[in-house]
Amino acid sequence: MAAPGGFSGTDFKQEDTVFFGFTRTQLAAFAIMLAFIAISPFFLYPVFLMKVLCFALFACAFNLLIGYVGLLSFGHAAYFGMGGYLAGHAAKVWGLPPELAILIGGAVGAGLGLVIGAIAIRRQGIYFAMITLAFAQMVYFFCLQAEFTGGEDGIQAIPRGVLFGVFDLRSDMTMYWVVAAVFLIGFLLIHRIIHSPFGMVLKSIRENEPRATSLGYRTDDYKLMAFVLSAALSGVAGGTKAIVFGIATLTDVFWTMSGEVVLMSLVGGLGTIFGPVMGAAVIITMQNYLAEFGAWVTVIQGVIFVLCVLAFRRGIVGEIGNWLRVRL
Amino acid sequence: MDEIFGIPAPLLFGQLLLGLINGAFYALLSLGLAVIFGMLNVINFTHGAQFMMGAFVAWMLLNWAGLGYWWALLLAPVLVGLTGVLIERTMISRLYKLDHLYGLLLTFGVGLVIEGVFRNEFGSSGMPYRIPAELQGSWDLGFMFMPIYRGWVVVVAIVMCLATWLVIEKTKIGSYLRAATENPALVQAFGINVPRMMTLTYGAGVALAAFAGVLAAPIYSVNPQMGANLIIIVFAVVVIGGMGSILGSVVTGFALGVIEGLTKVFWPEASSTVIFVVMAIVLLTRPAGLFGRA
Amino acid sequence: MSHETTRRAVLGAAATAPVWGALPYRSAKAQAANTIRIGVMNDQSGLYRDISGPGSTQAVRLAVQESGITQRGVNVEVVQADHQNRPDVGSTVVRQWIDRDGIDVIVDVPTSSVALAVNTIVRERNKVFLASGPATSDLTGAQCSPNTVHWTYDTWMLARGTGGAMVAAGGQTWFFITADYAFGHALERDTSEFVRQAGGRILGSVRTPFPGTTDFSSFLVQAQASRAQVVGLANAGGDTINSIKQAAEFGLTRRGVRLAGLLVFITDVHSLGLQTAQGLVLTETFYWDLNDRTRAFTQRLGPVPGNLRPSMVQAGCYSAVLHYLKAVGEMGVAAAKASGVDAVNRMKAMPTSDDAFGEGTIRPDGRKIHPAYLFQVKAPNESRYAWDYYTLLQTVPADQAFRPLAAGGCALVRS
Repeated sequence: MAAPGGFSGTDFKQEDTVFFGFTRTQLAAFAIMLAFIAISPFFLYPVFLMKVLCFALFACAFNLLIGYVGLLSFGHAAYFGMGGYLAGHAAKVWGLPPELAILIGGAVGAGLGLVIGAIAIRRQGIYFAMITLAFAQMVYFFCLQAEFTGGEDGIQAIPRGVLFGVFDLRSDMTMYWVVAAVFLIGFLLIHRIIHSPFGMVLKSIRENEPRATSLGYRTDDYKLMAFVLSAALSGVAGGTKAIVFGIATLTDVFWTMSGEVVLMSLVGGLGTIFGPVMGAAVIITMQNYLAEFGAWVTVIQGVIFVLCVLAFRRGIVGEIGNWLRVRL
Repeated sequence: MDEIFGIPAPLLFGQLLLGLINGAFYALLSLGLAVIFGMLNVINFTHGAQFMMGAFVAWMLLNWAGLGYWWALLLAPVLVGLTGVLIERTMISRLYKLDHLYGLLLTFGVGLVIEGVFRNEFGSSGMPYRIPAELQGSWDLGFMFMPIYRGWVVVVAIVMCLATWLVIEKTKIGSYLRAATENPALVQAFGINVPRMMTLTYGAGVALAAFAGVLAAPIYSVNPQMGANLIIIVFAVVVIGGMGSILGSVVTGFALGVIEGLTKVFWPEASSTVIFVVMAIVLLTRPAGLFGRA
Repeated sequence: MSHETTRRAVLGAAATAPVWGALPYRSAKAQAANTIRIGVMNDQSGLYRDISGPGSTQAVRLAVQESGITQRGVNVEVVQADHQNRPDVGSTVVRQWIDRDGIDVIVDVPTSSVALAVNTIVRERNKVFLASGPATSDLTGAQCSPNTVHWTYDTWMLARGTGGAMVAAGGQTWFFITADYAFGHALERDTSEFVRQAGGRILGSVRTPFPGTTDFSSFLVQAQASRAQVVGLANAGGDTINSIKQAAEFGLTRRGVRLAGLLVFITDVHSLGLQTAQGLVLTETFYWDLNDRTRAFTQRLGPVPGNLRPSMVQAGCYSAVLHYLKAVGEMGVAAAKASGVDAVNRMKAMPTSDDAFGEGTIRPDGRKIHPAYLFQVKAPNESRYAWDYYTLLQTVPADQAFRPLAAGGCALVRS
C-alpha cells in the first residue's frame, strides 16, 4: 500500500534533530503543546480536556500503524474498548488501584493485538483493513455476550481510586495531571519508536516492503511489533478513559469507534507526529460543542470528512507543515 | 427424516429459503459495490445511504406524486443514479489517482451527510410502505407460508444479477469497461471517453443500490439508518467474494444469506457475527477472496 | 413535510447555544441566584429522536410556561443537547453542564447506559435527574438514587402491563423474539414471570443480534412453528418495527397469532401504518387521545417536530418538569438549587397532578406512580381521524402498575 498521505514528495527543509529526535520546529511545536496542556485546565473544563487527551493518545497509537507502517486498521476499537472494560473491571470488581487498572488495560490491548496482529499482518491494503474489522466485530460480539461487561448498560460507577496510594483522583484536577502524564508518556514513547532504528525499518516497509525484505529485514516481525505496540497504547488510552469517566460501554468497541479514530488521524494529518493530537482535539470539541445542534452533528461531521479528503488531504497539521515546509 | 440436528426438517427448509431471500439483497447490494470497485477502484461507503435513498424515493413518489410501486421500481434507480452521477462528477472523480483509502473516507463522509439530512427531514422512526396489491398474499409450501413478495424479490434479484453480468461480460460496452479497468490510458487512446464511462458506471452501481432499496421498502422499515445497518455486512460479502468480482459478489451474497439463515436456527445470537468469521477464514486461506484475482 | 418545525427546532437550539456553547470557562458563581437551569439531554440524531429529541425540549418549555413560576420573578433557562446514544458524550455534557454552566436539573435521557451514567454523576454533584426516556428499572432498584425520579415507564411496568394482561385476555402460550442485550433480556425475564403467574406457558424464545438485525422472518417462522398464541417482541425501535412489518407479511396475525409489543411507542405505530400494525397489543402510560385532559395537553403542546403527536416520553418530560417547578415554587429557588436531594424530597412529599398523567405520587425509591394502559392498535376502518390509533383494552391501576417498593432492592427503602 502506497504511503497514504500527502506527506511525501513535498520539498521539505532539511532540519537536524536537536533533542530526543525532535527537529527545532518540532521542539517548538512540542513546547506549545506542553504549554497548552499545562495552562488549559485553568480556563477550559478539565473533564473535557481529559477526554481529548485520551482520544489523542488513541489516535497517536493508531497513527503509528497507518502513518509509519502504512497499515490501515479498521478494528482499533477492539483494543480501545477492551482496554476500557478490563481496566474498569479491575478497578471496580478487583478493587485494584488506578495505575494497575490502566496497565491491565494496556496489557489486554497488547495481548489482543498480538493474536489479531499475527493473523492480520499476513495480508495487505484493504484486505488487512477488512481482517482487522472482522476480528473487531468478533470482539464486539464477545463484549455483548460476556457477563462482566454488563451488556449495553456497560460497567457503571467505576471508582477513580487513589493513585499510588497518595493522590485522590476524585478531584478532577488531580485526575487531569495523571491523564496528561499518561498521554505525554505515550506520545513520547511513540515519538521515540518512530525515530529509533526500529522506526526507520518500519518507514522503509511503508515505502517499499519488498526492498526492506531484500535488505534482510524480517518485515513481518517488525509489522507485528508495531501492531502490538499500537494496540497496547490503544488499550492504555481506553483504560484511562474508563477510569476518568467511570464507565466502560459498548460504544467504545463498536465499529464506528474504529471509524472515528481514522477520522481523527485524517483531520489532523496522517503520518505527522502532532496531527492525531490536533485531530482528536478537533473531533471531540465538535462532538461536545455541537451537541446542541442536535441532528446536524452527523451532517457536519460528514461535511468535514468530505472537505478533508477533497481539499485538505494533509490534514490540519500536515497543511501547516507543508506551508512552513517543515515536518511536524 | 424428520429432524436434522434436532431441528425439524421442514423448519430447516424454511430457514434455508429465507436465507436465500436475504442473500438476494446481499447479492444485489454487493453487486453494485463490486461494479463500482472493479471499474473505479473506489470502495463506495455511500452505498448504504443510496440503498436508503431508493426506499425513500419510492415513498416520496407514492406520497407526493401518487406513483406506486411499479413506477418506483423504474424511477427511483434513475433518480438516485443521477445523484450518484453528480457525486462522481463533483467529488469522486478527483480522487482516482490517490490511494483507495481516500475514496473510502470521502464516500463515508457523503453517507453521513445524506443520512443526517434524511433524519432531519423525516425523523428516525420510519415511513410506512405497503406491498403492492399484485404481490400480496402467500403460498402454502407445506412446510411454511411463503409470502409472494419474497418470491418476487428472489426472482428479480437473480434476473438483475444475470443482466448485469451479461452486460459486463457479453456486450461491447462491457468489454470497454473491462478494458478500461485494466488500462485506462490505452482505452482513452482508442477514442473512448473513459471519464464518462466511469461516471456512468458509478451511476449504474448506485442505481442498483436504489433498486434494492425499492425492493426492500415494503418489507423493511423505511428509515434513515436502514442502509447503515446493512453496509458493513455487504462489505464483508464483497471482500469474501473477491473485490471487484461480479460473479463472486453474487454467489457469495446468496451463499452468505444461507449461512446466516442456518445460524439463525442453531445459534441465533451469533447470526450477525458469523459473516465476519467466514470473512476472516476466507481471507486467511484465499487472500484475494473466493473469486478474486490475486 | 416537516420543513418548518425542524428548522424552528434547530434555530431554537442554536439560540440557546450561547448559554454554554462558548469555550471560555465561566464560573457558576457569576450566575443569578434566582435562575433555574434545565438541561434536556436526549437522542436528537438517532433511533430515539422521534420519541424524545427536540419534542422533549418543546414539552419542557410548555411546562415552564404553564408552571407560572416566571411570573413570580424566577428565571428559567432551558438548554438541550444530543448525547448521540453514547455514554461518554452524555457523561461529559452533563458534567460540563453541572460544573461549569450551573445546570440544576437534567431531564429525559433515553438509552439506559447513558441514563445510568448520568444517574451517578447527578448523585455525586447533588443535582436533580428527571428520567423520562430510559427504560431500565435499575434506576429505582439496585442503582436507585435520592436525586433521581424515574418518571414515565420502566421495563418492569411494560412486562406487567403487557404480560399479565395478555394472558387474562386469552393469550395462554408465548414465544419471545428478544433483542440480545440487557434491555431485551430484562423484558423477556420479567414478562415470562407474569405470564407464568397468570397461568400461561412459555413455549420458547430466540435471541436476535443487536444491533444489526434487519430481517426477522427467520425468527418469526420459528415463532410460528412453536404454535404459540402470542409472540412477544422484547425489543425496541427499528427492531420492533421490522418484526411487526414482517409478521404482517408472513401472515402471522392473519392466522390468529397475536403480537405483543413490549416497548412500542405511538410514533412506531404511526410509522408502520394501521394496515400493518393493526391488532398489535402494547402498554403505554400516556396516549394523547385517552381523555379530555390528555387531549387538552396535546392541543396546547401542538405538533412535535416531524409533525407528530407527543410520545409518552415527551409527555413525561412535561409532567416531570411541571412538578419539579411546583416544588421549587414552594421551597424557594435558593433551597432547590442548594440541594438536589431536598428538591427531590419535596417533590416526593407533594402529590402530582397534570393533564398528561392525571393524579399521581412519587415513591421513596424515586419511582413516579401512575396508571398504565393496555392498548390495542385499531384496524384502518376503525380509525376515524388523524392519529386515532388505539383502543383501550385495560387499565392497570397505579398501585399495581409498577414493581412493589420492597421488591426492587433499592437501598433508600431499607434505610
